[in-house]
Amino acid sequence: MVMHRDSEMHVRRRGRNLGLLVVLIGFIAVVFAVTVVKVRTGGLQEGFDHVLRPQMIEGQTEGASQ
Amino acid sequence: MTDLSLHSIPDSAVPETEPAFGDYVALLKPRLMSLCVFTAFVGLVVAPGAMHPVLAAVSILFIALGAGASGALNMWVDHDIDAVMKRTSGRPIPDGRVARDDALALGLGLSGISVVMLGLVANWVAAGLLAFTIFFYAVIYSIWLKRTTHWNTVVGGAAGALPPVIGWAAATGGLGWEAVAMFALLFAWQPTHFWALALFVKLDYHRAGIPMLTVTRGRDETRRQALLWAVLTVPASLFLALSPVGGPLTLAVALVLNAVWMQRAIVVWRRDDAASEADGHAAEKALFKWSLVYMLAHFAVLAVEAGLLSFGLGGW
Repeated sequence: MVMHRDSEMHVRRRGRNLGLLVVLIGFIAVVFAVTVVKVRTGGLQEGFDHVLRPQMIEGQTEGASQ
Repeated sequence: MTDLSLHSIPDSAVPETEPAFGDYVALLKPRLMSLCVFTAFVGLVVAPGAMHPVLAAVSILFIALGAGASGALNMWVDHDIDAVMKRTSGRPIPDGRVARDDALALGLGLSGISVVMLGLVANWVAAGLLAFTIFFYAVIYSIWLKRTTHWNTVVGGAAGALPPVIGWAAATGGLGWEAVAMFALLFAWQPTHFWALALFVKLDYHRAGIPMLTVTRGRDETRRQALLWAVLTVPASLFLALSPVGGPLTLAVALVLNAVWMQRAIVVWRRDDAASEADGHAAEKALFKWSLVYMLAHFAVLAVEAGLLSFGLGGW
């Protein structure tokens, strides 16, 4: 069986698919990196830990120290 | 046994709408994106407060993606104009490499992704500003202003001036006078930058029916307006240099930049087309080149000043 070279159309499609693959892997890496940073810094978790924390209530810290 | 054979398709049979990956990248206007990356980066770096480097880099990435999305939407809107003008006739849509609907889908899709991701990574003030910038460039500028008034260059410049404000908002969660000054500097700088170019490059906007100032009000008025906006750029530059994000180095650089900027704008204003033709538009080209130096140096020195500040140097 003789294998012919790919047509220009196939070359373009392959390039497009590979490009999309790189973009999707890159997007996953970005989301993963952001998730790791957000979890480590913990800024968003403070309000959702279901524990009453006096320092989160305005004026409470001053009142507690008096 | 099945005999499977592959047949090559002659190149001439490749459909025009079979785009390569690079054609989609070209839709995003990479050069415009790089400018947005630079100014947004400076806006983010000079802003008070610390942002995690990963979050800062990803924020810049999605600001750039939003700029790219607005570029794709602009090409979707401008497909008829681009086909007529020599400078833009090779773009993916008029050249037949990308279907117009694909550009719209790409622009809308990337707009949504970039705004939502910037909101999640940084904050929703920055995301809102990015959404507004995309809307302003694609709808207010491309659909409305560009085709109806010669004010398109001035008012439309707001979209190009917003990236440093988005960078600032990503870092701080709000706005500040320094961010407004960066916006004002870019906003006032753009008309002179563009009209200097329009005075020496034969932009065939008239063929596309676009009301550019050189066509609607003439080239002498364009020279006057270029000087007027050069003058208006100076206070924004000095305000920025004297603000908390500036410092002695920024002020010194700004003074030099403004001196040459004004001198070149005055030379362009004082001469006519005959003198311009005689020396091959030397003064107009000099003003255009300096406009690039002017903007890049302003933002670069702000970043340097912020770097010095972190070592206890620089700043007021």
